[in-house]
Amino acid sequence: MIEWDDVSVRYPRAPTPALAGVSFTAMPRSVTAVVGPNGSGKSTLVRALLRRVPLERGRILVNGSDVTAMSPRELAQRVAVVVQREEPAFPMRAREYVALGRTPHASAWGDGGDRRGTAAIEEAIAQAGVGSLLDRHTDELSGGEWQRLRLARAIAQESDAIVLDEPTTFLDVAHEMAAFELLTDLARRGRTVLAVSHQLNLVSRFADQVVLLHRGVVAAHGAPDDVMRASVLEAVYEWPLVVSRDPAIGAPTLVPLRRTVPSRE
Amino acid sequence: MSGRLALLIATLIAVSIAALALGPVALHPGELWRVLAGGADPVARAIVLDVRAPRVALALLVGAALGMSGAVLQGALRNPLAEPYLLGVSGGAAVGAVLAVSIGWNEPTVLSLAAFVGALSAVLLVMGIARASGLRADPRMLLMAGVVVGAFANAAIMVLLATAPAEAARGALWWMMGSLGSAQWRDVLRLAVVLALTGPLLLHWARDLDALALGHDAAAALGVAPETASRRLYLTASLLAAATVAAAGLVGFVGLLVPHLARALVGSRHRVALAVSALAGSTLVVGADLAARTARAPAELPLGAVTAVVGVPFFLSLLRRMR
Repeated sequence: MIEWDDVSVRYPRAPTPALAGVSFTAMPRSVTAVVGPNGSGKSTLVRALLRRVPLERGRILVNGSDVTAMSPRELAQRVAVVVQREEPAFPMRAREYVALGRTPHASAWGDGGDRRGTAAIEEAIAQAGVGSLLDRHTDELSGGEWQRLRLARAIAQESDAIVLDEPTTFLDVAHEMAAFELLTDLARRGRTVLAVSHQLNLVSRFADQVVLLHRGVVAAHGAPDDVMRASVLEAVYEWPLVVSRDPAIGAPTLVPLRRTVPSRE
Repeated sequence: MSGRLALLIATLIAVSIAALALGPVALHPGELWRVLAGGADPVARAIVLDVRAPRVALALLVGAALGMSGAVLQGALRNPLAEPYLLGVSGGAAVGAVLAVSIGWNEPTVLSLAAFVGALSAVLLVMGIARASGLRADPRMLLMAGVVVGAFANAAIMVLLATAPAEAARGALWWMMGSLGSAQWRDVLRLAVVLALTGPLLLHWARDLDALALGHDAAAALGVAPETASRRLYLTASLLAAATVAAAGLVGFVGLLVPHLARALVGSRHRVALAVSALAGSTLVVGADLAARTARAPAELPLGAVTAVVGVPFFLSLLRRMR
């Protein structure tokens, strides 16, 4: 469980806060999706969890404990985060990269490759479906393969919670679906899953709850049906759209419209 | 991997034996063996044990230290062009040494100490500049601060050399080109102590380097505090480089080239790559020093020039393979 409690963040020299009093809880056994326009504060939520930006106000709790009271290693044992931007400075083999997920569990001189670690790595490779990539180098992978490998690394971390900042960037339709199915599967097995995403239509099909951010505040929060309403989304994204129903499963589906009149701005 | 590693170790041993045996008085392998076993005539013993052995031992340590230091800085700064002299070590050491020479402090121990103090001051200055910028852990800021301090140090060296007596200037220049010519057992001992203290620490922190090499946010996600981890890595690696400069002057190219070679041999996981960088660095410096004193004997070539001459084609072939 990860709880953002009245969290405010202000970047140095920024005129407005990046987050202003954001509160919500990502529960175990469920998928929480954070959506919102570019610059609405989604990634800042993740960076604040990792303590990469200081909180101006509020606190973030993981399983009831304040993250500022944990060492980075303790935090990484409880929450696996796939950050938005990451690039190995020197290419390494895909299997070595997945094994980096054991870093928070490794003993002082070990590399986390003990029996339990090896089992976790194998399990993560199987779940993320990256078995065919293992002997390639990270700089030889396509964008989609790299995203799946990062997911495998996070699964190998064997944490209670898994947080992903835009996990489906660069993925094609099939891999997007597979990624979200994997996330719901991880949630069903007991993990807390939180995904920051731009894919509103995927989120509405897979997430148990949706948090819509707009200029650093929560504009809407609840089940996909409650958040995915045309009036709410039009105001936040400042773009005309309609919300219909997916004919197959009944999930709300967003259809952005082409603007027929010139912008009033 | 283990085959190539064995080849590297065999090369290191072969080069070290050659360096003990070859010189103005060349020894047969049998004679060398008798010296090492405690026999042979006093002249051969003196040549090997008092002249060549400290020089080879110092070359081993300088190479290992520069190789490890370079591998650490490339990983922590996420930059394949990073090297031990980048964060002000070379410029600071040179200013210290030239300053000492120009005021007449030519005694080797004093000169070493002046170079060491100069190098550490410059590293602290670089980190202070990066800190004042508010981006103290941003690798780009450290690199830029290193370049700025280096440029300032170069200016200071030129002024000092232009006004120094010709003899002092020549001595300082020779030192800036790197040399193991005056190696003595006490230099070996000093560098061995520094390497024994810092080497295990760097190997211990190698796992943090694996995480840092992914970027600071990703490192934090793996439970590594990026600012703390990188700061102690820069400081320790720079200390090690400063100790080599105090012992042998500026030996260029080793810290830049060797880590690339090590990663090509054993991959990018830093604990193994650091250990192999130490081995490969030793091999390169022992071999280069052997070439420096035998290629144009009795004249001696500057060691830094030889490492560059050996290193450039090597580096080019690595670049070709990287594509």
